[in-house]
Amino acid sequence: MTQASTNAASPDAKTQLDIFRRMVRIERNDDATRTQIRRGRITAPYYSARGQEVIPATISALLNKDDKICTIYRGIHDMVAKDMPLRPLWAEIMGRVDGTCKGKGGPMHLTHPETGVMVTTGIVGSSMPIANGFAWASLLDGSKQVTIAYFGDGASNIGAFHEALNLASVWKLPVIFVCQNNRFAEHTRYENGTSVDQISKRAIGYGMPGYTVDGNDPFDMYAHAHAAIERARAGEGPTLLECMTFRFHGHVFGDADNYMTKEEKDAAIAADPLPRFRQKLIDSGVATEEQLAKLTADIEAEVADAIEFGSNSEPPSVDELRRDVFAEEIPA
Amino acid sequence: MSTDTPTLETGEKVKMTGQAAVSAALFEAMEKDPKVLVFGEDVADREGGGVMGTTRGLSSKFGDLRVRSTPIAEQSIIGAAIGAAMAGYKPVAEIMLMNFTTVAMDMIVNHAAKLRFMSGGQSQVPLVIRTLTGAGFQTAGQHADHLEAWFCHTAGIKVVAPSNPTDYKGLMLSAIQDPDPVIFIETGKTLFAPGEVDPNQGAIPLGKAAVAMPGTDVTLISYSSMMFACYQAAAELAEAGISAEIVDLRTVSPWDKETVLASVEKTGRAIVVHEAVRSFGPGAEIAATIQEELFGKLKAPVKRLGAPYCAVPFAKVLEDAFLVQPADVVATAKAICGK
Repeated sequence: MTQASTNAASPDAKTQLDIFRRMVRIERNDDATRTQIRRGRITAPYYSARGQEVIPATISALLNKDDKICTIYRGIHDMVAKDMPLRPLWAEIMGRVDGTCKGKGGPMHLTHPETGVMVTTGIVGSSMPIANGFAWASLLDGSKQVTIAYFGDGASNIGAFHEALNLASVWKLPVIFVCQNNRFAEHTRYENGTSVDQISKRAIGYGMPGYTVDGNDPFDMYAHAHAAIERARAGEGPTLLECMTFRFHGHVFGDADNYMTKEEKDAAIAADPLPRFRQKLIDSGVATEEQLAKLTADIEAEVADAIEFGSNSEPPSVDELRRDVFAEEIPA
Repeated sequence: MSTDTPTLETGEKVKMTGQAAVSAALFEAMEKDPKVLVFGEDVADREGGGVMGTTRGLSSKFGDLRVRSTPIAEQSIIGAAIGAAMAGYKPVAEIMLMNFTTVAMDMIVNHAAKLRFMSGGQSQVPLVIRTLTGAGFQTAGQHADHLEAWFCHTAGIKVVAPSNPTDYKGLMLSAIQDPDPVIFIETGKTLFAPGEVDPNQGAIPLGKAAVAMPGTDVTLISYSSMMFACYQAAAELAEAGISAEIVDLRTVSPWDKETVLASVEKTGRAIVVHEAVRSFGPGAEIAATIQEELFGKLKAPVKRLGAPYCAVPFAKVLEDAFLVQPADVVATAKAICGK
């Protein structure tokens, strides 16, 4: 993997613990979501990001609350990492009125501007051109805010990627393009749909730095994300980070995964970054077994509370069909 | 358009083109509100202030950050406009020609139009998309389409199509201040036709039609370039003893049902005239609504005049036949008036 610089930043103990907390929050929330789907209590398609926790957990540990993210349908991990509250998240994925979008967006389209979750798109590649607009607004405001555009490896083959990277580079926008390369575009293996062996190489064509990072290693992620965010805040322009990872539950939860071999899936799951990082925190003395058990229990309680909140929330009124089409309500 | 407003007596109107009116509206809006931005291909003065010169002078006055030329990359133009709009700005993005909106349809349809609804009202996208179109200049099938029906069919985006300089100014001022995305359709024919404009012309509300010419026998419902055909037809019809009332929709969606229905209730006859292809065009929606609401009061079937079901052709003879001509309006009106 490429080094960001010779003076690569490294997370201190407190930050390591913060990254781990965000990872556990993603993983516990994802596990609960799959359980609720199995029980028939969520009826929407679900694009699990289990296995990809390190990427947004590390990036979010480096962001401020007012920094913004634009993400995609496989993006609940990005939101949970950005500290989106779980109660309105659960009400939304259950299609209830107390959801962040009053039940009008669902799991593929959560929005929560208060925590910087600005746009979640169901269209491959579309997070990037919009992220540029937020970044441009930051420039106009004279603020130091940065915007993260999350997307998958498949999105690097769509026109929006090329248009967005070019514009961001020409305008030196404070945006970081974070590709979560889980090696499959829906069901298509990376090399069968992508012309280069590393997406980071495409950055050269847009005159911006590009790095291929171990997206399952919080230390490698931290070093590269730190450099990219600092560069953006300093007004030096965008960076492309290609973060290598793997999704454990296929394209959509419940798919047969028959487009990948059992061996590679088993190997990826065996290399699960979550227990690995947990052990590292204990081995290096950053945290004790008891501390981490407590952290996980607290998160499980938060998730359980959110599920209860969502379950008890009412479905939206059908009057909502006439609301939010325009600012002014459409007459009945 | 110069940046200096001529000194005039109160109430004295000034002669200007639609283009000058758009320019005046942009200067005024940018002056009043620092959140208004202008960008698109070649819009800055370094690139000539727009291919038509409509944005000339803006970047020199308001700076290169607020008025920015972009790469020829429509998806990135509208994407950036959406993000900036959601972050509190009021971008006026130019998509040089309406056919080029096709390259940005995902951004316009899936995002700009829908983000307010899909976010349960948390997001708003106060964005204006200026775009030029219209047949009659021999630009053929990829530079002249009237694609407004596509946008009218997309909930969450307003479609504005002025026909004269006063409306160009007033509707642009409203479009910029509107909290929702607006497609603002300019045409070669309407943009360069001069008219009398009050130099203090303020905003004209969106969604309100104008009775452009009163009459009693038949209502001609139109907008944009086809208003010229309607005026000419009305003059000829007057000579034949038929009094035509002309309603200029000004905003195609959401359209002003009240004004249209009041007019047709009075005349009992209606012809919808637009440059867009007739099949599945805006006229279909308007005609259907008139027949639903006024069935017992109609003296004749509601007629629609629009372009034939083909691409905009190149050869002059084909292009003339493609466009609705005043004679078509006259013949249709005479037929339904029994003359």
